[in-house]
Amino acid sequence: MHFIESVFHWFTTSANWTGPNGILQLFYNQAKLSIAVVIGALVIGGGLGVVLGHTGRGGLVAVNAANAFRAVPTLALLTLLAIQPNISLTWDGFLASWIALLILAIPPILTNTYIGMRNVDRDVRDAAKAMGLSGGQVLARVEAPLALPFIMAGVRTASIEVVATSTLAAYVSYSDLGTFVISGLNGQDNVEAFGGAILVAVLAAIVAVGLGLLQRWLTPLPMRQAWMRQGLVGNVSL
Amino acid sequence: MLASEPFFRWSYVAGNWHQIGSDLVQHIELTLIAIGIGLLVSLPLSLVAWRFRLFRPPVFGIASALYIIPSLALFAILGPITGYVASYTTAEFALVGYTLLILIWNTVAGLNAVPDDARQAARALGYSPGAALVKVDFPLALPYVFAGLRVATSTVIGLVTVTALIGLGGLGQLITYGFNAQYYTPIIVGLVLSVVLAAIADLLLVLIERLTLPWARSERQDRGAS
Repeated sequence: MHFIESVFHWFTTSANWTGPNGILQLFYNQAKLSIAVVIGALVIGGGLGVVLGHTGRGGLVAVNAANAFRAVPTLALLTLLAIQPNISLTWDGFLASWIALLILAIPPILTNTYIGMRNVDRDVRDAAKAMGLSGGQVLARVEAPLALPFIMAGVRTASIEVVATSTLAAYVSYSDLGTFVISGLNGQDNVEAFGGAILVAVLAAIVAVGLGLLQRWLTPLPMRQAWMRQGLVGNVSL
Repeated sequence: MLASEPFFRWSYVAGNWHQIGSDLVQHIELTLIAIGIGLLVSLPLSLVAWRFRLFRPPVFGIASALYIIPSLALFAILGPITGYVASYTTAEFALVGYTLLILIWNTVAGLNAVPDDARQAARALGYSPGAALVKVDFPLALPYVFAGLRVATSTVIGLVTVTALIGLGGLGQLITYGFNAQYYTPIIVGLVLSVVLAAIADLLLVLIERLTLPWARSERQDRGAS
């Protein structure tokens, strides 16, 4: 029980919350990095997925290439960039971590966007064309809205991975909630490591549940019912 | 700092052949244990969750939680119980935990996709519900199980490197060594071997699937999202 008391004490010590290495600042750092990564991945992966899905060309190549990236260990990307003298110290290590995590976050968003775009019913697309919509209008008013639930599923998957992996950024150069875990494990301060781990887990859970609700809200009811008919509530895409 | 360090030195590979080999072996070992235990745990849970709707929320809830909690955090949370340094239990708990949602999700989706005709034919032939589940539904769901297995395997191969932070890591040890020594070559060796290992494992799984499920070749379809 002594251990749990120490953890409780760690959380209730106000000095652990404030200052440049306090919980609040490190939480802010992690949120900043994660949000910047997901936005970058949405612009690049989502944009590429929309274009490839709309034209229907080169998509399979892109999806397969994206899948191959799954096996690239992010720790390797993080460390490679973190010892690259030109970028390792840029913005306190932010840039190196941002690039490494971006490479991780693009594939799920690209794949889901492409599949969502290709999943749009051909009849619906033809009907929109017959009504006189131009290619761009079909894309913006028909395909993109119908693909939105899929894009959102990709954003959720990417976000869960990014938040989890951004804790690894603390190992190389960037300070965030992972810093408590890493420095705790290294310095054999098990209480600090445990406290930091709880914070990281709570953050990850908030992101997963929050984006799950957002995804649900953005999914039209008939589509959700079709998914539920398959027996699986919601759509946890992997 | 490192301005003159070349991106890759073949002399490192030649001089550290044994170290690289033993890290690779540990990587394969950690992966096989994780996938093996993951299958042993996920298959019965999937069958139960599919057969009895009551069990779906707890099974998916726990699997999702293990999937969502970052492995680094799991190391620190499990540490007080299972040990911190070079503990296979701690490492495998995190790795297996990560595979469960992927494997259970795909298995249940596969069972859901079994055509009703097959199920009715099984009943007409006199199969009890339990026997039909094992002899009819489950084999027909196997292509989905393999799809999940492929995703889980390549993900675990990438994730094993993270266990280097608690003193294991397989190829991840090359990565942390390269980082500490500010030396590109070991990191690149670790990265490339991880990707090659994942590609070989994927190829083997496709091969096993073709040999064991010859009927599934033409049916394989997109799983929707990945």
